[in-house]
Amino acid sequence: MKAFLKFDFTTLTQKVLEEKLGECNIKFTVTGFGEVEFLEHLSPEKLEEITALLNRYGIEVIENQKSVLVQKIKDAIVEMVFQENATNVKSSVYLSEKLNHSYGYLSNLFSEVTYTSIENFIILQKIERAKQLIVNNKLSLTEIAYQLNYSSVAHLSTQFKNTTGITPSAFQRIIAKRREIANNK
Amino acid sequence: MIKEYIYIILADDDEDDRLFFTDAFSEMKINTKVDTFKDGVELMNYLNDSESILPNVLFLDLNMPKKNGIECLHEIKQNDRFKDIAIAIYSTSSSEEDIEETFVCGANIYIKKPSDFNTLKKVLSDVVTINWQYHTSGLNKDNFLLRL
Repeated sequence: MKAFLKFDFTTLTQKVLEEKLGECNIKFTVTGFGEVEFLEHLSPEKLEEITALLNRYGIEVIENQKSVLVQKIKDAIVEMVFQENATNVKSSVYLSEKLNHSYGYLSNLFSEVTYTSIENFIILQKIERAKQLIVNNKLSLTEIAYQLNYSSVAHLSTQFKNTTGITPSAFQRIIAKRREIANNK
Repeated sequence: MIKEYIYIILADDDEDDRLFFTDAFSEMKINTKVDTFKDGVELMNYLNDSESILPNVLFLDLNMPKKNGIECLHEIKQNDRFKDIAIAIYSTSSSEEDIEETFVCGANIYIKKPSDFNTLKKVLSDVVTINWQYHTSGLNKDNFLLRL
């Protein structure tokens, strides 16, 4: 028998942190997505121990300042794309206000570290969101286009095709066939 | 820590194709390490050795002697140890059925072999860049389909 699961990464991460850091008797608060403040001073050895402990769950402690800011940009983009009612604020304005840096600075830094541009990353995330909604099978493509702030279905379809090389309907067909095969195993 | 390079493997029986492929990566901005195998049997022997380092991206030619790309794809998809490898089909065929069939079988990327070196470089660089985003941004690999 197979079942399809949906994950909430924020809750998942929060629980892992609570359980694992609790085991080590470390008090902490989560101050933002991907940001944790320890309420006591930790020795480098202790920090290393925590790093090793969390690594097993795919959680990494990021040290480099640039990487930290890039991660914040990514998180802000994901938040922007994945919120239920997409806002009409321009992404450049949204990001520079949220992160308190000029868009030019953020944009250059992002390209330097990730080998892609903020614009491309936003498109990639939007298409990922569209894929997720298509796979969930609850909304029509028109509704998905509306939710993701595309001016029309055609616009979404074109961007989908340009980003992935396949059409939304081909994507839907492939995923459906994969599930069918998985279910027949 | 963030990995410093992307490990890439290509299985292709054509020596020239292997050479172009390796050259294209050596000129790229992203750090990569590339190994090549000349047929499916050689490739699977390497992957099935538990001591081997598994690639981030595996490029499979469809037409190879001894064991072809589709057979390799099936074997790879049946083994949980290989679930993190992104699989790219690297073929001269551009038949729609072939393409959809490989996606359904679990391939992530389908590349029609470009005829000139500059296009090849561009295409491979696109693959690695997008794969890097999946790798570093926790995107859902099950939904990773790309055709170039």
